[in-house]
Amino acid sequence: MTLLGEMSQKAFDLGVPIAVHLDITYRCNERCVHCYLDHEDHGEMSTEEIKGVLDQLAEAGVFFLTISGGEVFVRRDFFELLEYARRLLFNVKIKTNAVMIHEEQAQRLGTLGVDTIQVSLYSHRPEVHDAITKLPGSFERTVRAVRFLRGQGLKVTIANVLMTWNRHDSDQLQQMAHELGAHYTLDPTITPMMDGDTSVLLLRIAGEELPSVFQNPALVPNMEEFCAPPKPVTENDLEGYSCSAAHSFCYISPYADVFPCVQFPLPSGNLRRQKFVEIWNHSAELNEVRSIKAKDLTVCSSCSHVSSCTRCPGLAYLEGSMRGPSTADCEKSYYRTGIPTANMLRGAGPSRAASLVQIRPLAALA
Amino acid sequence: MSEIYISRSTNIAARMLAGEMMVMNSKDSTFFTLNEVATAIWQAADGRTPLRDIVNDQVCAQFEIDSEQAQADAKEFVNDLAQHGILLVSDRPLSGPHAGEVP
Repeated sequence: MTLLGEMSQKAFDLGVPIAVHLDITYRCNERCVHCYLDHEDHGEMSTEEIKGVLDQLAEAGVFFLTISGGEVFVRRDFFELLEYARRLLFNVKIKTNAVMIHEEQAQRLGTLGVDTIQVSLYSHRPEVHDAITKLPGSFERTVRAVRFLRGQGLKVTIANVLMTWNRHDSDQLQQMAHELGAHYTLDPTITPMMDGDTSVLLLRIAGEELPSVFQNPALVPNMEEFCAPPKPVTENDLEGYSCSAAHSFCYISPYADVFPCVQFPLPSGNLRRQKFVEIWNHSAELNEVRSIKAKDLTVCSSCSHVSSCTRCPGLAYLEGSMRGPSTADCEKSYYRTGIPTANMLRGAGPSRAASLVQIRPLAALA
Repeated sequence: MSEIYISRSTNIAARMLAGEMMVMNSKDSTFFTLNEVATAIWQAADGRTPLRDIVNDQVCAQFEIDSEQAQADAKEFVNDLAQHGILLVSDRPLSGPHAGEVP
């Protein structure tokens, strides 16, 4: 295990929130067809409120801070917030569509010691990317911004979401990322919309197409191990947890709501009413999430994939139970290894038809 | 003998975790952990205080370590961190911007 891996495990074991994803706005200048967000501003935190949250996160031990949105650059105070975060010595990763980044912004980012800029780009073909973002000219602006960022020596990751509209473009986009000097990531996960609308799930590529992702050595360096059948389940596996959500990671929305993860819409507290450490240590919701071991999962505990599955408890929660299966991950496990999951063997249907829990701010639940 | 001045690089991120200081250089993602003594030196690296004084005040006085050995170890330590872009080292006081102390 690497030193970073060891420290991350230590944070997990001690229950220290070593990483937080903070969305500072849901507003956006693009309207991506697969986006799960409501882009209206329903009362996002002010500059001073966010600075106060950052103070609390630093005090709580947060080291890795992802600042995202919405589009972060639509906030006029973005650089003020970023400078404040860097003064508090967070390791900062920024997620952006980059269309508002010109040379001046890139230079400023370069001087602030930002770790990584993750830029959303969906195709090497301008017409496909612009059709997905619904912003004419966005491809050209985003690619130009990547060049500005690389010119400052910044690490850039081009993040692609695989969907029906761009499913044939990944290889060429990866080549383009290489030519730009950027890393490349590909995610086939499409998340239901915040208002519970599942129509967006129709953009998911068919499960039968997933092997082309999992068995692509350019995307998966350790392909043989990654696609190997699951090893026999041990007692240790059943004592394990799904992921770092609520253990060493959480998500904070622009409205100051705290959740276990970005795609785990279980309201667990609000920073306008409570201190972060109070929520982190005492929230009943976070405590419930962190109490769930593999042996407690209703279907997955008897599944041969339980130790290697990427089961997302947030997606499972969206399907009705945080202890239940996430059928999207069942599909991934099946198409990765060729071995059916326990959930599939009991005849569960595709996740597109799953019932959903609606995401609402805490205030609406009070 | 000329003095050595050290300053924390502005490219770094840092945080305490269970008594160890995690330090990461954003330029190349090199990741370190510093023990208690190294953390004391790193936190005192303000660009103005000579390394000799930092070691005497922050290390020898607080950790009961032999001064001569501590000074030698500290020089090796700061050179190592300087090579990884974590610390700036100079024979003159450093007035440029440097990273703040860990909250």
